[in-house]
Amino acid sequence: MIVDFFTLGLLGYGVFFLTTALSYSIICLGLNLQWGQTGLFNVGIAGFVAIGAYTSAILTTPSTPDHLGGYELPIALGWIGAMLAAGAASAFIGAVTLRLRADYLAISTFGIAVAIQLVVLNAKALTAGPFGIGFIPRPFAGLAETPLFFGLANLAVVAVLVLVVYLALERLVRSPWGRVLRAIREDEQAAMSLGKSPRTYRLSAFALGGAVMGLGGAVQAHFIGFIAPDNYQSNLTFQVWTMLIIGGSGNSRGAILGGVLIWAIWSLSGMAIGAVFPPEAQARAAALQIVAIGVMLSAALLLRPRGLLGERTTISRHLDAAE
Amino acid sequence: MNLQFVADGVLTGLMIGLGAIGVTLTYAILRFSNFAHGEFISWGAYATLVVSGVFGWLAGSAAEPIDPFSFGWGVVSAGVIATLLTGGLALLLDLVLFRHLRDEAKSITVVMASFGASMALRSLLEFIFTSRPVYFSRELQITMPIGFGVRMTPDQLVLVAMAAILGLGMHLLVTRTQIGRSMQAVSENPTLARVVGIDVNRVIRVTWMLGGALACASGVMIGILVQVRPFMGADLLLPLFAAAILGGIGSVPGALLGGVIVGIGEAVAVQWVGAEWRAAIAFLLLIAVLLVRPTGIFGKPA
Repeated sequence: MIVDFFTLGLLGYGVFFLTTALSYSIICLGLNLQWGQTGLFNVGIAGFVAIGAYTSAILTTPSTPDHLGGYELPIALGWIGAMLAAGAASAFIGAVTLRLRADYLAISTFGIAVAIQLVVLNAKALTAGPFGIGFIPRPFAGLAETPLFFGLANLAVVAVLVLVVYLALERLVRSPWGRVLRAIREDEQAAMSLGKSPRTYRLSAFALGGAVMGLGGAVQAHFIGFIAPDNYQSNLTFQVWTMLIIGGSGNSRGAILGGVLIWAIWSLSGMAIGAVFPPEAQARAAALQIVAIGVMLSAALLLRPRGLLGERTTISRHLDAAE
Repeated sequence: MNLQFVADGVLTGLMIGLGAIGVTLTYAILRFSNFAHGEFISWGAYATLVVSGVFGWLAGSAAEPIDPFSFGWGVVSAGVIATLLTGGLALLLDLVLFRHLRDEAKSITVVMASFGASMALRSLLEFIFTSRPVYFSRELQITMPIGFGVRMTPDQLVLVAMAAILGLGMHLLVTRTQIGRSMQAVSENPTLARVVGIDVNRVIRVTWMLGGALACASGVMIGILVQVRPFMGADLLLPLFAAAILGGIGSVPGALLGGVIVGIGEAVAVQWVGAEWRAAIAFLLLIAVLLVRPTGIFGKPA
């Protein structure tokens, strides 16, 4: 994602930056439903994002002999397909592991991310292998001749999506369903004694969160226009986790804020490395970015586990309105 | 049918198994799956590399191979020192990070911290040593027949023996010594163990030391037989978890056996499916064991 700073100008770069950052916010919102609301630990975010990106790409790209697909479907259908595919993969992993100890879910999600990475790399007939899939249609392609309008239109699409996902999730967590999720997270025994089945609730929250991650992946793919297996390494999982923890887990606004903030830190530190280190040392210096993010995540867990915007007590949307 | 793939699988399996012993002990005694355990393998291998480099610089004879092996006494003695260093790294990580999160109501926070620590540790290695692979020795090894049409190099034979001795030693330590019994007690019930006067913090320290040391041994084994790179431990993480769960959490022989099963499974995949799918075996075995028998081979029902 290298964009020539000078051809786009400061405003253009700002638009580009915000569009990318908000696409991470969508993934973060999915994780917030799984972890923040339900306490489910997913270490395979990159895998579910990849499923979303590849599904949408296969459904919407122009016809090609290089890989499966090329159905030229509308972008909106690609995004719906992405949510369904990523949701189904999450439901599978959830069904296998949610009845077991919490750590087994973490290990299995880590495993499925490794397996998905292998599939996108090796199943060339499906995913075109290491070279990736290009020519992914971009929304408002007709505006591409005026880069600024094109960028603004894309930003508007992503911003509206963030808003829709945000409002939908906020409504859900304030519903009776959301209250049961938090009840299970806080005290599983108590929730069970009230006749709620933790497994069903957890499974649906996990699948829905996975679907939102898939949507985030698909949006990113259509915004960049090109995807390759390298985009979906454990680095991505790690970034999204840091976004949620720093932003404030359990709080949807925190998830959005964390996405923008950590992406800003990531981009700025990338630029700093580009300016300070000679070209041949840049790949090596980029490892320092990950060290810094790792230290930030650990420090946040130790010093401020609530994040910037901590979880607010939410009971019901009716009670909120009465305040 | 040529049985060479079984020998190759056992070899890989023992490397996995040595690492999986640490994973299984950490899980049983500290009650969390440590995603940073793979990094102990990498850090152990690099520590051995650095210390043996210093020995080679101090005394030229350190780098001369001991016939018939590819490595000299420098690597052997450096490996011993590196096990202590890696154990120390595990202790240090516990001191600055894990210890403070252990008492939190949500135990899964420690798992997340270990995930963050693993990314940081791995990238730090990449920064210091670059991602280019390095080797303990450039000596070539000639395979010799050991029966059933299987050939192995002297290096491979001595490392199989080392892994077997370490595995057996660990098993005896956990089952026959005072500290081993204390470890079992803490894994059964930490509160009760404290009540009967067991120093739980000492048990935790010993667990980290042992886990780190065995991970280092695994790293040295991989370094001698394959190569040393910053991602060597990270790539092994899923096989480690699969082996620990397959063998049954808390069981030392189970972890070794689980490792060997994963190793042979990978060798079968390389032989009949294609080397590029090798890494999927650990995932398939993991899902299979969670579906069929989540307690693993030697595990006790939860």
